[in-house]
Amino acid sequence: MSDKKDWPLWEVFIRSKQGLNHKHVGSLHASDAEMAVENARDVYTRRSEGVSIWVVKSQDIYASDPGDKESLFEPAENKVYRHPTFYDIPKEIGHM
Amino acid sequence: MDVKQLEEEFQRKIDNEQRIEPKDWMPEAYRRTLIRQISQHAHSEVVGMLPEANWITRAPSLRRKAALLAKVQDEAGHGLYLYSACETLGVKREDTIEDLLSGKAKYSSIFNYPTITWADIGAIGWLVDGAAIQNQVPLCRASYGPYSRAMIRVCKEESFHQRQGYEIIMTLARGTEDQKKMAQDALNRWWWPALMMFGPTDSDSPHSAQSMAWKIKRFSNDELRQAFIDKTVPQAEFLGLTVPDPDLKWNEEKGHYDFGEINWDEFYNVIKGNGPCNKQRLDARNKAHDEGAWVREAAVAYAEKRAKKKETKAA
Amino acid sequence: MTQQEAIFEYILRMGDNSLILGHRLSEWCGHGPILEQDIALTNIALDLIGQSRNYLTAAGNVEGKGRSEDDLAFFRIERDFKNVLLVEQPNGDWGVTLARQFLFDHFHYLVLQDLRNSSHEELRDIAEKSIKEVTYHVRYSSDWMKRLGDGTEESHRRVQQGIDDLWRYTGEMFEMDEVDAMLVEAGIAPDLSLLKEKWHENVSAVLKEATIDVPEEQFMQTGGKKGIHTEHLGYLLAEMQHLPRTYPDAKW
Repeated sequence: MSDKKDWPLWEVFIRSKQGLNHKHVGSLHASDAEMAVENARDVYTRRSEGVSIWVVKSQDIYASDPGDKESLFEPAENKVYRHPTFYDIPKEIGHM
Repeated sequence: MDVKQLEEEFQRKIDNEQRIEPKDWMPEAYRRTLIRQISQHAHSEVVGMLPEANWITRAPSLRRKAALLAKVQDEAGHGLYLYSACETLGVKREDTIEDLLSGKAKYSSIFNYPTITWADIGAIGWLVDGAAIQNQVPLCRASYGPYSRAMIRVCKEESFHQRQGYEIIMTLARGTEDQKKMAQDALNRWWWPALMMFGPTDSDSPHSAQSMAWKIKRFSNDELRQAFIDKTVPQAEFLGLTVPDPDLKWNEEKGHYDFGEINWDEFYNVIKGNGPCNKQRLDARNKAHDEGAWVREAAVAYAEKRAKKKETKAA
Repeated sequence: MTQQEAIFEYILRMGDNSLILGHRLSEWCGHGPILEQDIALTNIALDLIGQSRNYLTAAGNVEGKGRSEDDLAFFRIERDFKNVLLVEQPNGDWGVTLARQFLFDHFHYLVLQDLRNSSHEELRDIAEKSIKEVTYHVRYSSDWMKRLGDGTEESHRRVQQGIDDLWRYTGEMFEMDEVDAMLVEAGIAPDLSLLKEKWHENVSAVLKEATIDVPEEQFMQTGGKKGIHTEHLGYLLAEMQHLPRTYPDAKW
């Protein structure tokens, strides 16, 4: 029998260093936003400093449907020149 | 696209080592198998906290005390990563936990054994985490995205656990006569259960083939078990400890160790619920859950009150 | 008493508080009300044990008799432990544990703030290292007072009980004796009697927000700093010290 009152699920986003983007690292259960941030610190950063944490209730996230691939993404897919693999980089330059 | 096309597209992705993400189409059987596998793994981490937490208050030095506390905390974190991955498949954590508490869901059989001496803590880190690593490293390339990413996180922390365990055993093996005896005794009791962690021999493992095709299992049980033995026996010999297997012998031709028969009766008995600690483990989890109910309810009530206050303020 | 002896005593008090409280919290490991909170409380236990290692190592150095952190932790008897009575009280339920934590954290924070300006280098360093952690502890335990105090009727009842039962141990934290007096004089340690009012103010503010009644002025139990403990410490140490004492020549 589940709890009548379950703690909501929160998605956690962490910026681990200045200059980087926030990255989705996982989820956790917390009863309020403050607890969610504290728990995220405990679990996903092991309390390192200088880290930025975003928590969002999972139910508040609006996601695209991969099935929409054609309509949402095709226009860009057509433009091959956007993809770095298109360019021939001389071997001497190395990885780019 | 019809179902057949979707299945073909799905399998093609997997064959190309592409990851399947939460909202991608997947066969229901794949989803169900993953839910079972990931939740079982999560339960194992959480139940696995208990035999080790058993020695935190009796750890014989402050350094060991702190390290053990950190290790058990890591395991809780691993459980969390895995429950989190499981939830992306459309199951609520509360329902998964309910299956554990009711005895419906399984967890790794190894945690149904008692930690009766300090050396057991070393043996668990060395052998049990060692076996887990053997299994988990390949899963970093599991086909399901959230699962593979959870495994990558877990593996980063796991090798520290095994080193910690081995160091404990090493300190004992090089210590007083009593300590040497303690280390050997722990190895005697944990060796075979650790080998059983890899599961039944391949011919008795019905789901293996499908899991391999779906890339949620990357090596067979026997392959993993053999690799573990090959790696671990020299580690025991280095410490002057004897692996409790009279049939253990290096096979030059095969390039592997030959080893004795595993007592599968014991394995199936423990799975069935007859292990030394099955009841205690489940009782402990149920107790924590039941006694924690008022705490969880209070936190929700408080959050609701605050939300209401915010609303009236804004109005 | 020489100043060196007084410093030794003082550092032992700080170290024993952290060790005993950290040990108590570690008893919750694997038994918390939800996985995330198991991790949170264990984190605090780890912080405290880490701090105790710093203090006990420093104490051994000051004493100058070659005693290590482990010698001090595992081979002293109850009468030589100098923690306050509050931290050795049993965990009880989550409400009692968090109440004990709350009452201690607010004291701990104020002391560390002062110790950051200590003229004793080692104490100053440890305080500097510890205060970030304890700032978090204060926030954590204060938040839980509010969640439980202003949660459900049951949680309110339990946490109020916890505060009521533990209040009698709060006075001891602010008692001054000859050790404290000597160290205040030397600019090494804070005047605890001056911290008491601030502590009461801070604690009362949180309890009020949590709808928890602040207990009345009452007779305070004492003795910890003199090594006269409640009956709980003996059992705690028996468990904690058992293994090294059984094999006194062994290294772990």
